[in-house]
Amino acid sequence: MTNHWIDIQNSDCILIMGSNAAENHPISFKYVTKAMEKGAPLINVDPRFTRTSAKADIYAALRSGTDIAFLGGMIKYILDNNLYNKEYTAAYTNASFLVDESFGFKDGLFSGYRKNSGDGPSMGGYDKSSWAFQMDDKGIPRMDKTLKDKHCVFQLMKKHYERYDIDTVVKVTGTAGKDLLKVYETYTATGKTGKAGTIMYAMGWTQHTVGTQMIRTMAMIQLLLGNMGVAGGGVNALRGESNVQGSTDHCLLWHIWPGYLKTARASNDTLEAYNKKYTPKSNDPLSANWWQNYPKYSVSLLKSFFGDKAIPENQFGYTWLPKVDDGAVYSWFDLFDAMYKGNLEGFFAWGQNPACSGSNASKIRKALEKLDWMVNVNIFDNETGSFWRGPGAEPSKIGTEVFMLPASVSVEKEGSITNSGRWMQWRYQGPKPLGNSRPDGDIIMELGHRIKEKYKASDGVFKHPILNLKWDYETNGAYDPHKAAKEINGYFVKDVTVKGKLCKKGTLVPSFAWLQADGSTSSGNWLYCNSYTEKGNMSARRSKKDAANNIGLYPEFAWCWPVNRRILYNRASVDPKGHPWDDKQWVIKFAGESKDGKYTSKKWLGDVPDGGWYPLENPDGTRRSDAKQPFIMRKHGFGQIFGPGRADGPFPEHYEPLECPVEKNYFSSRMVNPTAVVYSTKEDGHASCDPRFPFVGTTYRVSEHWQTGLMTRPQKWLMELQPNVFVEMSEELAKLRGIKNGERVLVSSARANLECTAIVTKRFKPFTIGYATVHQVGIPWHYGWRWPATGTEESANLLTPPAGDPNTRIPETKAFMVNVTKL
Amino acid sequence: MSKSIFIDTTICTACRACQVACKQWHDLPAEETINVGSHQNPRDLSFETYKLVRMKEEIINGKLEWLFFPDQCRHCEEAPCLEAAYDESAIYRDDATGAIIYTRETRKLDADDIIAACPYDVPRKAADGTLAKCDMCNDRVHNGLKPACVTACPTGAMNFGERDEMLGLAEKKLKMAREKFPKARLLNPDEVNVIYLVGFEPELYSEYAVAGATRKGGISRSVALRRMVSPLARLMRV
Repeated sequence: MTNHWIDIQNSDCILIMGSNAAENHPISFKYVTKAMEKGAPLINVDPRFTRTSAKADIYAALRSGTDIAFLGGMIKYILDNNLYNKEYTAAYTNASFLVDESFGFKDGLFSGYRKNSGDGPSMGGYDKSSWAFQMDDKGIPRMDKTLKDKHCVFQLMKKHYERYDIDTVVKVTGTAGKDLLKVYETYTATGKTGKAGTIMYAMGWTQHTVGTQMIRTMAMIQLLLGNMGVAGGGVNALRGESNVQGSTDHCLLWHIWPGYLKTARASNDTLEAYNKKYTPKSNDPLSANWWQNYPKYSVSLLKSFFGDKAIPENQFGYTWLPKVDDGAVYSWFDLFDAMYKGNLEGFFAWGQNPACSGSNASKIRKALEKLDWMVNVNIFDNETGSFWRGPGAEPSKIGTEVFMLPASVSVEKEGSITNSGRWMQWRYQGPKPLGNSRPDGDIIMELGHRIKEKYKASDGVFKHPILNLKWDYETNGAYDPHKAAKEINGYFVKDVTVKGKLCKKGTLVPSFAWLQADGSTSSGNWLYCNSYTEKGNMSARRSKKDAANNIGLYPEFAWCWPVNRRILYNRASVDPKGHPWDDKQWVIKFAGESKDGKYTSKKWLGDVPDGGWYPLENPDGTRRSDAKQPFIMRKHGFGQIFGPGRADGPFPEHYEPLECPVEKNYFSSRMVNPTAVVYSTKEDGHASCDPRFPFVGTTYRVSEHWQTGLMTRPQKWLMELQPNVFVEMSEELAKLRGIKNGERVLVSSARANLECTAIVTKRFKPFTIGYATVHQVGIPWHYGWRWPATGTEESANLLTPPAGDPNTRIPETKAFMVNVTKL
Repeated sequence: MSKSIFIDTTICTACRACQVACKQWHDLPAEETINVGSHQNPRDLSFETYKLVRMKEEIINGKLEWLFFPDQCRHCEEAPCLEAAYDESAIYRDDATGAIIYTRETRKLDADDIIAACPYDVPRKAADGTLAKCDMCNDRVHNGLKPACVTACPTGAMNFGERDEMLGLAEKKLKMAREKFPKARLLNPDEVNVIYLVGFEPELYSEYAVAGATRKGGISRSVALRRMVSPLARLMRV
């Protein structure tokens, strides 16, 4: 979330789209309800009428996978009706930037497209050179603040979304025209200065072959309406687990290191080359270009990895780190593809259940059979640990040796979690771990020690990274979460003078502004630098005192990255002179002194500002040369309406899901995202516009279960509430198939069959897509054969497709094709 | 003054945390359920389920509404079940909290008689005839805690406090709700200590949402007889 949970209460209009917050983030509704009681309309857009829709003022249905069409139509509506926030758009976004004259878009393809001639999985990619901004002779982007130049982002955007007229959008999404207009009209009213609209989204957006671009479309809308940086605004991802934000920050994913540093590639052969490659350069003195500090963070991270062994002479141990081959991808999909092909020997399944959670789970289950060994670290045995005795498996033919390491549950451990709102919150140990279960920290520490011993004893191949790894996060032989938290924050490794102040060796670094690239500081994650300082464990704070602006920031409750800033991009919540756009619900305001129309001292009130520089303009309207643009993490300092960094285009474009019910994309002759990733083993079947699979399918969660149900399916009170895997369908579809409410039916896709209980409901309605009727059904994915003991309730991910987003490789589990028949 | 629960169904999201919290606090076993084509489960209140979120899909004024009704005992000011039982060892009113409490001794009563007396169709019997229902978490309340269902509610749909405070809150929320739901109303607020605010006709939520709507709430001959003598009986008890 750019904002945070409590801040939802400050919104003037809430759009819930791509999530089902009432069911899957129930606590969020405390704040949604507060906003509604103050008069904020709640809009819900979802293929199915959910418990969220039940509370919404406006509900609009759309066919799964058509969100870009829906939101692209909103962009056109904003532009056609002059509803964008003109001052904000011109001042803070790259709408005024001029794009290279060779940039173009034709029939679904941007300039520079190259089809992948190999055997995938990527369908193709772009040479992005024509997507570059035009630069002036000083190397600063050329702009037209009148937004009239035909090469400026604003005009290119206008042209791009010209095609997204109401009629075409309705034909694609299946949304009723009047509902569409009602949503557009209500939401875009937040473009008015002083009004804020927020978006609450989740996996309903990420899990598509165009997932990243769905979110991008909304980000563009938020920028056009001036909703970024303000209270009650932002782009807010509701994370799917209490600590997904934390695990992402600390590099759960393959392509990043802690703090969103880049994973080194083989061609980044030296630390210097690595830092040079990933440190952006801006020639604009008004751009903070915060990532220019990259080397300070990467070197501090290496110091944290290797401690005293990391010295300038050995590039701080950079050469010991594994490098990913250029062009190689190690996403979830790719790892299991490699495993399926027999290219992986061993696998730690740690706190996860891929046999049920991964898209196209049958392939995953077969892939596990190819392993020599697997270690399942979990609180219970699950479908992954027991894959060898699962449905269809033949134990006598499976050679995988499986180990189970019982782990303690969260309440049995001390440590922190970071919630969706980026709040790091310290938690204490409740009961002691049961039986021989152990905290993950202990398991990891011991594993590290044993591996080190092995390498020492056998003089192992490429031993330096292992032997030189600093591995001292224990007190009295047990993992110490405080030691790990301090390591993450970082400390000075020698006496050093920074900002004119002597910092003693061994003391904790007060914030990332103090980190150095010369090896004098260590920090396990620069983004968390400031979380555990000489003042103590910031995340353990529990003060309920609000900040001066009284908007629910509670700055002394827990701690929030970065540097306890509760609302990101908050410099965009003030006008160029530093006055809040909204006087009542202000986030920050400039309170420095001025003389003769010029500011003479710096002071900001409210939230921690996104940089404490002077405002861009003096009270008399003159521009300051010592100010910075508000979007400090962007190279040029502006919010990106034009996003040239994405794999699939600088503007989001509607493409159909890999499996779709229509033979025509009404926006272009390109059916599927031309850069999507699609896998192609014999287990990766897919079928589009295939009469065998005529209905759109989607998966989702319910309030009563959690993830693959490992913690909830053995819980009888919760099973009482949701005992069976079900398929929800319209009364019309049930009639068509002769299905009665509550009876067991078969749902099938090009991958598998799944037996489900039919819920025949008014909450699904058939869509009219183009001129045809299209039915959609939905299935929760919480089930698996281990519980309940009947073994009849299986995972919906057996049905989901082998395709993903080109930027993230997140699977397209929200839109695929199925059939539903009577058993 | 009694304690009261105020339930604002217009902001209930049917997350059913209240339903689970009730089972947890009372350590009630889970029922063996199956999905019969609805998210509502179990199908009804039972000897082992004191709290149930009823879920109904209705087309109202041409618009689909999904109505949620967290059903439970109303802890009536003048409880017909208590009158029908006429046995304080089985059913009594805790005057400190206003909770109507059923004990094990209910097994001695004519269970069907008691059930028939309830206008809200709440009490349920075990195989041996013992009756059970919501006890307003009377043990929690005596120890300064709110009922488990109220504590678990994320949206503020469930509230607990002194009766006059809850009635005040109910009136305030009714006024707010009327802006969106012109037919919003409170259900028997003068007669019960579990006061519901609904946005639409109460019968759409549950057959027995409001007293006297249908067959329930009538009294059997034996109850009527007891009622006739009860003022005298009360005097004698004092």
